[in-house]
Amino acid sequence: MTRAASWAVLLLGLTYFILPLVGMVEFSLSMRRGEYSFDAYAAVLADPQFRETFSYSVVMALLTIVFGILLVVPTAFWVRLKLPRLRPLVEFVTLLPLVIPAIVTVFGYIRLYNTSSWLPLTGTIFGTNLLLMFGYAMLSLPYMYRAVDTGLRTIDVATLTEAAQSLGAGWVTIITRLILPNVLVAVLSGSFVTFAIVMGEFTMAALLNRPAFGPYLQLMGANKAYEPFALATIAFIITWACMGLIQLVTRFTKHDKAGR
Amino acid sequence: MSGPCVTDVTSPPPKRRWRPSLTWLGLLPFAVFILLFLVMPTMKIVLGAFQRADGSFTFENIAGLFTPSILSSYWISIKISVASSAFGCLIGFLMAAAMVLGGLPRGIRSPLMTFSGVASNFAGVPLAFAFLATLGPLGLVTVFLRTEFGINLRVMGFNILSFWGLTITYLFFQIPLMILIITPALDGLKREWREAASCLGASGAQYWRIVALPILFPTILGTFALLFANAFGAVATAIALTGSSLNIVPIMLFAQIRGDVLGNPHLGYAMAFGMILVTGLANVVYIVLRIRSERWLK
Repeated sequence: MTRAASWAVLLLGLTYFILPLVGMVEFSLSMRRGEYSFDAYAAVLADPQFRETFSYSVVMALLTIVFGILLVVPTAFWVRLKLPRLRPLVEFVTLLPLVIPAIVTVFGYIRLYNTSSWLPLTGTIFGTNLLLMFGYAMLSLPYMYRAVDTGLRTIDVATLTEAAQSLGAGWVTIITRLILPNVLVAVLSGSFVTFAIVMGEFTMAALLNRPAFGPYLQLMGANKAYEPFALATIAFIITWACMGLIQLVTRFTKHDKAGR
Repeated sequence: MSGPCVTDVTSPPPKRRWRPSLTWLGLLPFAVFILLFLVMPTMKIVLGAFQRADGSFTFENIAGLFTPSILSSYWISIKISVASSAFGCLIGFLMAAAMVLGGLPRGIRSPLMTFSGVASNFAGVPLAFAFLATLGPLGLVTVFLRTEFGINLRVMGFNILSFWGLTITYLFFQIPLMILIITPALDGLKREWREAASCLGASGAQYWRIVALPILFPTILGTFALLFANAFGAVATAIALTGSSLNIVPIMLFAQIRGDVLGNPHLGYAMAFGMILVTGLANVVYIVLRIRSERWLK
């Protein structure tokens, strides 16, 4: 491929990606007739429903991250240390949420955990929130597990564990004070992806009837003219920030290691 | 149901004998979580697709899928998924090839890969809004073309709430995914192969046709399958973009879960089962081709 053709392809492609973003931002700024203004953003920020749904999703995202770390770090550690034969199987299982569409999983949740079932999670608000958090954890599992497992690959798990054990450390100490600090960057990457996923998620929250940011976004899109685009811009900035932070932490550690 | 019997008949090899020990307990939380929130819900759907309301076994629900409206929703879904993954593969491949092999400055690579990571995650409701603001009736490009060039997209038959509208929107996350997957594969093309080909007198086109593309082919086809499953299961973008004006499978299933629009709860199970089948099949194709392609590109 010649250089000129390469530039042409790349620029054409980038145009396709940039135009929708420009269109979105432009629309979000044009609430006031004839001039650009932040009116749509002001209207959004003043909406109590925005604050409620946004903070609901933030809290859910943080809870999902905590749960995900508690579930994934010990499991990935244990598999690497004691059950390496099972690694391909566990890895395959963690990829399943990418295969089974979220709408199918949540459909199963609704049927399996309804009020007349053995575990009536959808009967109470707390139970539904819990169920939604498990659903989010499932959606982010492929990313979280991959990140942590890759992080574990860079350290010598067996030697570190033996060293800690010979110094008298228990399992909890090993995981919290030895493994976790060593895979912190990986855990952070996984957490940022989880955060981005939960903040934008629509299907599960909508079908479980929880007041999350995604369904609110959709509702606004159906009812308002300019506010949805301000909201979409905010959502894009969140995604962008999460991905940017991942780049930042990984790059930071690379420099760190090179410097040693 | 015949699972346990089969394992009983074939005696396990001595090395892999089941030893219930504390080692296995370490996997318990993970196993319970997967069982409760992935396996059992999915099994519930799969079994439900083959059951009547009273729990007896039947093929009626599966047969019920073969009505014109449901079949056409599967057909539109498949068409959109095929179109968006085909274009996604093609454009993503060209962009990645331009970046890796086109002699462009190295500095372009890292930002483009980061952007691909962001864009492939920027799906759902916000993406739909971005395209409404661009190609919708009052969108940036629509208005620009009408006022500056007198081109009226509406009159030309383009509508964002249509097959092509949805396809173009899906490309926003399909192309970056292709770039993310194909770039390492393009990096794996060895310089020696190209040199050897040109020593033997091959032109650039011949090199691509006879050497590079056959090596890349499993990766490309596998990614196609992955993109297909990705588009087929996308719910939020479609709902936010079209409301319920376009009958694709995820939208129909969404409406069915909300309010049983098909008038038969078990038909919903069958629809969901159909979705698992299609995305599952696409992923099997992806995994098989991925294993094949890794032979060359290591």
